[in-house]
Amino acid sequence: MSREYLSLKKIEGPLVVVEGVEGVSYNEIVEIKLKDGLKHGKVVQIQDDVAVVQVFENTSGMTVDDVSVKFTGRPLEIKLSREILGRTFNGIGEAIDGGGPIFTGIKLDVNGSPINPVARRYPRNYIQTGISAIDTLTTLIRGQKLPIFSGNGLPHNKIAAQIVKQAKIAEGEGEFAVVFAAMGIKHDDAHYFMKTFQDSGVLDRVVMFMNLADDPVVERIVTPRCALTAAEYLAFYENMNILVIMTDITSYCEALREISAAREEVPGRKGYPGYLYSDLASLYERAGMVEGSKGSITQIPILTMPNDDITHPIPDLTGYITEGQIVLSREIFQKNIYPPINILPSLSRLMKDGIGEGYTRDDHPDVANQIFSSYSRVQEVIALAQVIGEDELSDVDRKYLEFGRAFEYKFLTQGFEENRDIIKSLEIAWDILSILPKNELDRINPKFIDEYYRG
Amino acid sequence: MGGSIGKIIYVNGPVVKANNMRTFKMREMVTVGDKKLIGEVISIDGDIGTIQVYEETTGLKIDDDIVSTGKPLSVTLGPGIVGNIFDGIQRPLNIIFDSTGNFIKEGIGLATIDKSKKWFVKLTKKNGDYIHGGDIFGEVEETKLVKHYLMVPPNIKGKIEYIADDGEYDLNTTLIRLDSGEELKMYQEWPVRIPRPVKERMPIQKPLITGQRVIDTFFPIAKGGTAAIPGGFGTGKTMTQHQLAKWSDADIIVYIGCGERGNEMTEVLEDFPKLIDPSSNLPLMNRTILIANTSNMPVAAREASIYTGITIAEYFRDMGYNVAVMADSTSRWAEALREISGRLEEMPAEEGYPAYLPSRLAEFYERAGYVKTLNEKEASVTIIGAVSPAGGDFSEPVTQNTKRFVSAFLGLDRKLAYSRHYPAINWLSSYSGYISHLEDWYSENVSKDMMNLRGEMLKILQEENKLQEIVKLVGEDVLPDEQRLILETAKLLKVGYLQQNAYHKDDTYVPLDKQYLMLKVIDKFYKEAQQVIKIGVPISTIKTSDMFYKIIKMKYEIPNDYGDLFNKMLEEIDEYFLNLKKAYEGD
Repeated sequence: MSREYLSLKKIEGPLVVVEGVEGVSYNEIVEIKLKDGLKHGKVVQIQDDVAVVQVFENTSGMTVDDVSVKFTGRPLEIKLSREILGRTFNGIGEAIDGGGPIFTGIKLDVNGSPINPVARRYPRNYIQTGISAIDTLTTLIRGQKLPIFSGNGLPHNKIAAQIVKQAKIAEGEGEFAVVFAAMGIKHDDAHYFMKTFQDSGVLDRVVMFMNLADDPVVERIVTPRCALTAAEYLAFYENMNILVIMTDITSYCEALREISAAREEVPGRKGYPGYLYSDLASLYERAGMVEGSKGSITQIPILTMPNDDITHPIPDLTGYITEGQIVLSREIFQKNIYPPINILPSLSRLMKDGIGEGYTRDDHPDVANQIFSSYSRVQEVIALAQVIGEDELSDVDRKYLEFGRAFEYKFLTQGFEENRDIIKSLEIAWDILSILPKNELDRINPKFIDEYYRG
Repeated sequence: MGGSIGKIIYVNGPVVKANNMRTFKMREMVTVGDKKLIGEVISIDGDIGTIQVYEETTGLKIDDDIVSTGKPLSVTLGPGIVGNIFDGIQRPLNIIFDSTGNFIKEGIGLATIDKSKKWFVKLTKKNGDYIHGGDIFGEVEETKLVKHYLMVPPNIKGKIEYIADDGEYDLNTTLIRLDSGEELKMYQEWPVRIPRPVKERMPIQKPLITGQRVIDTFFPIAKGGTAAIPGGFGTGKTMTQHQLAKWSDADIIVYIGCGERGNEMTEVLEDFPKLIDPSSNLPLMNRTILIANTSNMPVAAREASIYTGITIAEYFRDMGYNVAVMADSTSRWAEALREISGRLEEMPAEEGYPAYLPSRLAEFYERAGYVKTLNEKEASVTIIGAVSPAGGDFSEPVTQNTKRFVSAFLGLDRKLAYSRHYPAINWLSSYSGYISHLEDWYSENVSKDMMNLRGEMLKILQEENKLQEIVKLVGEDVLPDEQRLILETAKLLKVGYLQQNAYHKDDTYVPLDKQYLMLKVIDKFYKEAQQVIKIGVPISTIKTSDMFYKIIKMKYEIPNDYGDLFNKMLEEIDEYFLNLKKAYEGD
């Protein structure tokens, strides 16, 4: 049944109101025909015969008359098949690379459905990223959602690109592909990613969904959903291992706030809508692995913390949903260290079950624990040294300072082209831990100290 | 009475309004639309009713039907609950899995525990007996660990006219008929928002033993008590809740995953059947009930999940069990309240939360208690709620209001978590209001000086905190040795006692008597060291001694069946200090 209406009652920001409608259903997709083109929207509220429609493209230039509004009766769906590999789409899943639309395949609702917890497989296999700080201290596990908390101007894109380039899962574990969702990022950032994909030869294994900074804001709300639907298709229908990079979550949340304000909803913290948590969860929880499929979805969302504030609602709510976080620090960046990862607030919740004997190496959990504990002590010693001067420190404290420097310049620091395997990373870890006296290593099982301690 | 039909006039997320609702009851369960989504009436204004829908509302249309079911949102209570995993309105997730596969779709309708499954029932009453609400009339071995007592629903009484013989029955079989015509089956239904009645509430008297040193020794939780575990993300709330679910000495654990991660529920589902309960040697899953509303499942069902969990807990309490409820996280529940309140356009109070947040929290936590049940048994429900304060800031409304209604407060600290001090329970900001209730129990069952030792150790930690302020300014070396000894003893306590390794086979659960002996060792070391420092032994000798490191490592080196190892350790300490004294007095 196709129903068309020929006028709008109201246009306000991204919302239009249509009156006198019948049989409209919640969340269905609306096609709005204008003299000079077609726009899409979604029903976000219905009351009696009035429907509020959120328009994906820009509403500027729209008039209340001379339009034709058609309710399709379906939620937003995109067509998916293996052909999407190597293709580029806009924020609502239309091909923009000149290759024409996807014709064959199945149509899936971009909103997805929650994975039943009894159908999940618990993630246990680690992905080697070749970056020491991540592999050793915040190990990425296949099927995990591990965001990068960054700040403006920090090299989060470079780290994400390095992960894509070097990510390695165990041999013979199926195909690997990348789904890339750009939300409100700059054109040059988008080019940077495209170039890295090209240089590392993965371009034909990448699916891109692009909503750049000057693209319509409302489209940004569906961009990650299209990308995750494509990821679910590739992972669960085609049994592939998918790495999803979503950047920048902060732009996504701001788009959400903009629409919420236009709808005159009661705001929560800092003007973000009260449902921000549920909304973000509906993205992040789409990572994982399910029974009956060999595929997996691993997410690396990137967000820039406004004013580098980790307690801002966006990083805060993200951290409550994701399985850990990798936090970048401006202070470390200014010391000219790459990657500038601040390990203390960084965390991988799933690493406990995916490292150690049978996965990486038996001493890995203790080593990671010890580095966290000792590096946190280093911070106290630095604070003390600033007050009383380095010369006044006790011998042990001076060792800690030396350890801290070695950690930052030998272990943390590595080149963009440098790909260290986990054994190499652990060996460097022992090199620097051996700076400390043996009995300061109180988190390590004595038998590992006997085996690995230098000297 | 069921069957009334309303018509939808408004849809906004999980909130639906309909007219023609005059005959509907407040808090009644309804089905919504063609897909028969489950909903609950949350307000009635003349002809117009507001409904919160427990499933995704995509596709609902104006004029769709709202159908009354005539009963409030209820849970079905009977054999088949233990070891199972449910969604927020008690639909078993494996039944949903069978019907919609890996993903949860809407429109499954109402489902509950499997009523066609047969259980062997032993009936313990006979013809002609008078029975009252709460009386036990039969038994079913639900799992190897849990005997499921069949009880007369609270509001029913009468003389038995018919009673079935022992045997295998399914849940729909009538086991007893009363002279009043009432029929009793293996299951009963109970509305989730109404607490189940008890004979009387009794004072708190026993601790819930968790095997976690910082909790059992310093901030004990009581059976029938309430505790809150607040902490920012990454501080280990879920880890702590899992440890409590694994090791606390309750008979039944109800774990409510409220708005948390899907993988965490999967972890419990994979781990618990493999973990062995120390007291019975049977898998922990045999006593565990899971309620899962992960963060991407519908928000209205999140609001209900807390009530579903606590009602199930009360039902098992009524059989005479000690039940512990872990709610992870109550903040998500409060946020669900806020989200629905926002969609109803209610006047918000603090930070957008509805003004009734404190009263809802109070109602929930007050359902905990140590009670005498209707059938004269002593039993309890303990509630341990995780709180996820926004920005890790404990001054936000959910944490503050929770603090008013719980007696034990285990504050998790981001700084401790960053240095991987787990459990990251801050010993300065945490408290337990149960110390005075439990003092007698500890001196009878552990040792007379347990509470005394606890006080002394807390004092050392307190003093260390003050001294650290000075150390931050001038360094440790300028302090006199007596004060440096406090710093070192605090280190012993922090590393050797408060930190506990959840992945170590012995350290993950430590029995109370071992906790006491460990404290005793640290105390002895401290007192002896005080003596030798007076005669001029430098602190550096003591803190770099093998003895010192032996004490730090005792949590790993001395197993839980320690034999006389602690006695040996105490002797070694004596010997060590004796030799020290000799060496220095000999000079």
